[in-house]
Amino acid sequence: MSVDLQLRFDREAITQYSKANQEPAWFLESRLAAFEACAKLELPKLEKTKIDNWNYEQFLPFVTQDKITNADALDEVVKAEIDVTAVKNLLVQKNATVIYHQAAEGNAQGVIFTDLATALREHGDLVQKYWMKAVAADEHKLASLHAALVNGGVFIYVPKNTEVELPLQAVYQIAGDDALLCPHILIVAEANSKVTYVDTYVSSEGKSMVANSIVEVFVGAGASVQLASVRSFSTEVHDYTFRRAIVDRDGKIEWILGEMNDGNTVANNTSVLKGTGSSVDTKTVSVGIGSQRQNLTSQVTHIGTHTESQMTSKAVMTDEATTILNGITKIEKGAEKANGEQGERILMLSEKARGDANPILLIDEDDVKAGHAASVGRISEESVYYLMSRGISRKEAERLIVLGFLDSIVSEIPIEEVKNRLRQALERKLA
Amino acid sequence: MSAIPHLQIKNLRARIEEKEIIKGLNLEIKGGEVHAIMGPNGTGKSTLASTLMGHPKYEVTEGSVTLNGEDVLEMAVDERARAGLFLAMQYPSEISGVTNSDFLRSAINARREEGNEISLMKFIREMDKKMSTLEMDESFAHRYLNEGFSGGEKKRNEILQMMMIEPSICILDEIDSGLDIDALKVVAKGVNEMRAAERGFLIITHYQRLLNYITPDFVHVMMQGRIVKSGGPELAARLEAEGYDWIKEELGIVDETVNANA
Repeated sequence: MSVDLQLRFDREAITQYSKANQEPAWFLESRLAAFEACAKLELPKLEKTKIDNWNYEQFLPFVTQDKITNADALDEVVKAEIDVTAVKNLLVQKNATVIYHQAAEGNAQGVIFTDLATALREHGDLVQKYWMKAVAADEHKLASLHAALVNGGVFIYVPKNTEVELPLQAVYQIAGDDALLCPHILIVAEANSKVTYVDTYVSSEGKSMVANSIVEVFVGAGASVQLASVRSFSTEVHDYTFRRAIVDRDGKIEWILGEMNDGNTVANNTSVLKGTGSSVDTKTVSVGIGSQRQNLTSQVTHIGTHTESQMTSKAVMTDEATTILNGITKIEKGAEKANGEQGERILMLSEKARGDANPILLIDEDDVKAGHAASVGRISEESVYYLMSRGISRKEAERLIVLGFLDSIVSEIPIEEVKNRLRQALERKLA
Repeated sequence: MSAIPHLQIKNLRARIEEKEIIKGLNLEIKGGEVHAIMGPNGTGKSTLASTLMGHPKYEVTEGSVTLNGEDVLEMAVDERARAGLFLAMQYPSEISGVTNSDFLRSAINARREEGNEISLMKFIREMDKKMSTLEMDESFAHRYLNEGFSGGEKKRNEILQMMMIEPSICILDEIDSGLDIDALKVVAKGVNEMRAAERGFLIITHYQRLLNYITPDFVHVMMQGRIVKSGGPELAARLEAEGYDWIKEELGIVDETVNANA
């Protein structure tokens, strides 16, 4: 614990940032309350991963940037990920400023796609109704730090019976020594609406940076939300993400997660199937390289009857990396006819790497179906021999086998752009 | 690859773990020739095929194998393949997530200089043509390599790879096992289409059946880890009619398998 280290921010700094963004009074109060609470709160308890010695609070929380109006002026690291001129709905955050934002003219009536600061000014009541309602600010220290220091993010609101045709996209960039990226992604999809949100996380030059993100998704009755995220931070970023969806009757959420960071990562992805007949599908792909440590948890809580969940995770481990892959299917008493399936598979490419697949089923109801599959394996020498016998080099053979191992998830990704971005990240990490 | 290939195996000895399986084998294959190796189970036929290709389980302890004068035993598996060797395997691996066509394109491009890769259109045209020769459904191009293929589909797929890669020495390890007569004819058609002066074949089988459709120039009988008798196509016919006992008798062999003490 870094008990002897002074924090590099205080009430004053938080208040200043809040005032500069003209945040409503309730929001500043909630920041300050979270700031008071965080000193007393514990870090989250993680399966087989100790994060006490990671950096989670030594940073400069409010490194602001100049805004830009022309997408061409975005940094190369952003433009490498996304065709900024072709994307119609785009928001880009760099450190503590949303520097660029453009919403397509064709978006349906009543749809809100804006940065969090603007949303707080213009739709304060709406934001307040959902703010930190899926993830509570006092769940643990990281959540409270987030609530106190949130420095950007997006607010998406889709009215009932409305479909947003084009994906809404965001890029979150961290840059420079000691920077903090603390975006809050708040998505509210009202009854029978439909929306796709895609984001990407990148880093530029800089040392000891921290990202602390929270994603809250409220899926209304019969609504359908698709959320794809690819994280590609450098080794210099310690990254903490808590994503949570609350799904109403017959609602549906689909998560597509590319955990492609090079540095230490904690990601928890939880869907709460509250309404009857609600469902979730979670796909996670990860590659561990270098000496990075990752704790990736996919969780579903079945509350409603006839709820369905599918969680699939695949990770490839190289070098001396460690990844703990947890899958938690929780079926509450009363969730009759629930059906939860999960599978975690890890492919080990190095003797020194460590990969743990932990399927956990917690079932308090009798009338349900639940299944799990977990495996940790190595590349079969027989397969390598077979490919090599056709003239393919060992390196290329292994690459084909590894990409093939992940392909059952990657090829299922319904958004072509995300699929390509993920493949690009995979090629980078497996090069 | 218009030169006439020449594979020379001299006094080859190979073992798996501590057990010697190939016990001094000599064989010479030139372009334009089709050699068949026959023999009962357990006499080392498949081990010979795997050893020539360089399967990591087998260790060569003595002898030499050269292709056009170059030392094959010094080469890694992929180098052997690029030098012109091809093994149609008895039990090919299933590789999940890698499509047949992506795999084949990688294999073809592995033989070409960077920047001179086969064009996608040309590749698709070639593959379509060869798949139709082998009466394979178009969907095979996009299916994962051998995954969920039936035994017969895997064998056809091995021949498809051979036709696409166009190697100079083709080794077929029990390509006929598990094939019904129609599939056997199709596979034989593929092989016969490839017979040429610049290509040699080594066909390993323990049934004469396949040789009704692919007429060999030379037939060898393998017992106790070496070739014990060689002849022309008439030898295969006699084996079909009379079995192997007369050879054992002639040579004074009691146990024909590699377990026997030579």
